[in-house]
Amino acid sequence: MTAPADLERPLLDEVVDVPWITLVWNDPVNLMSYVTYVLMSYFKFSKEKAEELMLQVHNDGRAVVSSGSKEEMERDVEAMHSYGLWATMQKDQ
Amino acid sequence: MMFRRTVTGRFVLRLDDLEKGLLGSLVAQLADLLAPKAELDPMAAMVGIDPWAERSDDPALARLFPDAYSDDDEAASEFRRFTERSLRDLKIANARTALETLARAGQKVTLSAAEAQAWLLTLTDLRLALAARLEIVDDDWQRPEDDDPRAPNFGVYDWLTYLQESLVQALIEGPTL
Repeated sequence: MTAPADLERPLLDEVVDVPWITLVWNDPVNLMSYVTYVLMSYFKFSKEKAEELMLQVHNDGRAVVSSGSKEEMERDVEAMHSYGLWATMQKDQ
Repeated sequence: MMFRRTVTGRFVLRLDDLEKGLLGSLVAQLADLLAPKAELDPMAAMVGIDPWAERSDDPALARLFPDAYSDDDEAASEFRRFTERSLRDLKIANARTALETLARAGQKVTLSAAEAQAWLLTLTDLRLALAARLEIVDDDWQRPEDDDPRAPNFGVYDWLTYLQESLVQALIEGPTL
């Protein structure tokens, strides 16, 4: 027997490929050079790209550093936390 | 008292006895702070899930293990149960590497690339934890006056900042003679 389908919980997310994003937030502790280094090391960004994102974090308070599936963003956020960066993930609005 | 990279890819730092003692004591305190408060049951430990992990009331730990979701407490809790224990183990392992390399060194600390990476992450965690204690919470933070009882701790924080900056530069710029 099959239980009644749960109509309360839309499965739309799984049907339509809603992308997720990883955000890095500004903090008063991490060095600008260090944030650049982390973005270069982990995401393999060029120095220019990493510096651009670092400045965005510094000036705007946050920047989107990656996007993709939920699982990929979980990996990225966990990695950012291992580097001591303040990162969160959310659905791309 | 500045990191430099040698042509053979090692990282070298000179510290006097006082600096070595201070750094060793700070890293040991960090390792204590990171130590898990309870043993996991073996099955949970094997898969790396900590069912009891929750956001800490201690601002230093809350900053070292931040919420992964800013707008979804339930998702943040679940993420924490699945990741915090391994993140904790990683941070503790880095701190232990820093302590071991410090203990084996004389006044000249010589690190492999992997050990330098552990130092880099431990210096970050140390500065984050100390900043939380010193209530450095936004970019407008002010150093206290020289006669303020908190001044020496801010001096230590500045010293760690300088040390970390020199390590980042050595990592980015490559060898110096």
